[in-house]
Amino acid sequence: MSVLVYTESENGKFKKNAFEVASYGFMLAQELKTVAIAIAFNVENPEELGNFGISKVLNIKDANLTNFNANAYAEAVSQAIAQENSKNIIISSSTDTKYMAGILAGKLNAGYCPNVVAAPLNTEPLTLKRTVFSNKGFATTSIDTDIGIIGVSSNAFGINENKTQTEVLEFNPNIEGSDLGVSSVSIDKVTGKATIADADIVVSGGRGLKGPENWSLIEDLAEVLGAATACSKPVSDLGWRPHSEHVGQTGKPVSSNLYIAIGISGAIQHLAGVNSSKVKLVINTDPDAPFFKAADYGVVGDAFEVVPELIEKLKEFKAQNA
Amino acid sequence: MKILVCISNVPDTTSKINFTEGDTKFDSSGVQFVINPNDEFGLTRAMWFKEKQGATVHVATVGLNTAEPTMRKALAIGADEAIRVDMEPTNGLSVATQLAKLIKEDSYDLIIAGRESIDYNGGMVPGILAAQLNYNFVNTCIGLEIDGNKVTATREIDGGKETLSTKLPLIVGGQKGLVEESDLRIPNMRGIMMARQKKLNVVAPVEANTGSSDLAFEKPAPKGAVKLVEANNLSELVDLLHNEAKVI
Ligand SMILES: Cc1cc2nc3c(=O)[nH]c(=O)nc-3n(C[C@H](O)[C@H](O)[C@H](O)COP(=O)(O)OP(=O)(O)OC[C@H]3O[C@@H](n4cnc5c(N)ncnc54)[C@H](O)[C@@H]3O)c2cc1C
Ligand SMILES: Nc1ncnc2c1ncn2[C@@H]1O[C@H](COP(=O)(O)O)[C@@H](O)[C@H]1O
Repeated sequence: MSVLVYTESENGKFKKNAFEVASYGFMLAQELKTVAIAIAFNVENPEELGNFGISKVLNIKDANLTNFNANAYAEAVSQAIAQENSKNIIISSSTDTKYMAGILAGKLNAGYCPNVVAAPLNTEPLTLKRTVFSNKGFATTSIDTDIGIIGVSSNAFGINENKTQTEVLEFNPNIEGSDLGVSSVSIDKVTGKATIADADIVVSGGRGLKGPENWSLIEDLAEVLGAATACSKPVSDLGWRPHSEHVGQTGKPVSSNLYIAIGISGAIQHLAGVNSSKVKLVINTDPDAPFFKAADYGVVGDAFEVVPELIEKLKEFKAQNA
Repeated sequence: MKILVCISNVPDTTSKINFTEGDTKFDSSGVQFVINPNDEFGLTRAMWFKEKQGATVHVATVGLNTAEPTMRKALAIGADEAIRVDMEPTNGLSVATQLAKLIKEDSYDLIIAGRESIDYNGGMVPGILAAQLNYNFVNTCIGLEIDGNKVTATREIDGGKETLSTKLPLIVGGQKGLVEESDLRIPNMRGIMMARQKKLNVVAPVEANTGSSDLAFEKPAPKGAVKLVEANNLSELVDLLHNEAKVI
């Protein structure tokens, strides 16, 4: 028996969520009195996971598996599960991982519990707390199968250091010859910028910004904060911003540490997708905007005046705290 | 080309969420049910394949008869036939097993599901289907072109998009982008009249594994009041974000 942690990486480096799932896996392994093993793909420093309680890393070195392919990765993970006799599989909530998760659940005939926000409530049967109804509720969910897949919500459980002796083993899954079915033609991706999925801070603009020409406000604020940029649905429907920035119930989910909503009214569908962010700051001219009811901090004021001023204050703050 | 659009019957996005029976069930009283928004984008794309490429479009749901108005709406939008597997959908694994059986029996070339249902946010049915049927699968699909059995699909990734090539038979987990918001159709009178003549087949469920069970529900704790900061005192805001919230 063991807990298997599926880690994500990019250009040979672990993503932040790899440490989150490792922390979760270690915590669960302790409760089950077993070990947490991780699988990694072409990572340069796999032993880093030892800081988060992982005692064995299966590191794949295969140039054919450098880029994510849902079928190939699901196959590799299921071979690792078989080799290590793993009963609990810990995965993140990124777009790629969620793509792979369903395939993995189908292959293993396993119960999959996504959007988990806390340590298990019970281990026999494994019982988890997860968000449902787009953050409008929580469910207590048990896994009914022998093998269970746990999808950990980003930023919910946290990263916990636990220095552990780690062995790194090379792992060579047998993918060759299997028809991957889907092949990548091209990737069109902003590089060097925080993404909505990974960022600690997300700065989001709504229709209150009046037009795409004013988006430098959002971008400048995001830049001082090292934040990702996002927008409300009408903003992407109007073509002011790309669809990939649309957040909310029907867009990307946000669960950052700080979500800053500027010129966004706070419609129920918008809130549903961003409410799991830890701290919400709202800037809006209308004191009755519904978003203020869901916010932790608020400024009633005109974004065109407040945001430039806030940028200045943040720059001063950064200069002092550098 | 035969297309199956998988439709999940979900509470309208404006619904207030409450639980009942000692917080073990979703309280559907007074709730308006609709086609899951992600599936509506898929259905609209399917209508395009019907009109431009002569495809046949069926819609399927796993649900009780309370899902029938939603299926009638899908027929009114233009689907040719509807199928309902008569079972309460309680988890992704058993729902996918029902759908896989329909797909095997009727050899569909393209199965369009949604990225996730907005009720239980499972995001697993299309992937499980792909594994069970050994079909190709593209998730978070925002663009789909088909030429013979060759497929070019675009999927959303974190921070951008990826173009993929694959072949039919294919399963898609769709979302907005598959068509635009402005392309969505509201059923017109003629569609509604025609839907009455169309078949809505009800089939019995097969035995299936349950992957997970929801034992209880709760609502988030009520939120404390917002702290308002004057627009001319933004240093205080920076201070609060740093020292109190500890987020910068
Ligand atoms: C099925 C369905 C799904 C949906 N899914 C989503 C979703 O996923 N995400 C989403 O965002 N929406 C979604 N919506 C849309 C949602 O209902 C709202 O229409 C939308 O969120 C409103 O966007 P907004 O706040 O940018 O615009 P508005 O509601 O127009 O609000 C603009 C705000 O800006 C403020 N403002 C104006 N000028 C200024 C200024 N100078 N400075 C500061 N503030 C200013 C105004 O006071 C107002 O509060 C969905 C709707 C439906 C029906
Ligand atoms: N009960 C159901 N009947 C038919 N299709 C479903 C059902 N539940 C989920 N689906 C399909 O699977 C997609 C993802 O759902 P889920 O895995 O439940 O988040 C939905 O968008 C639907 O296309």
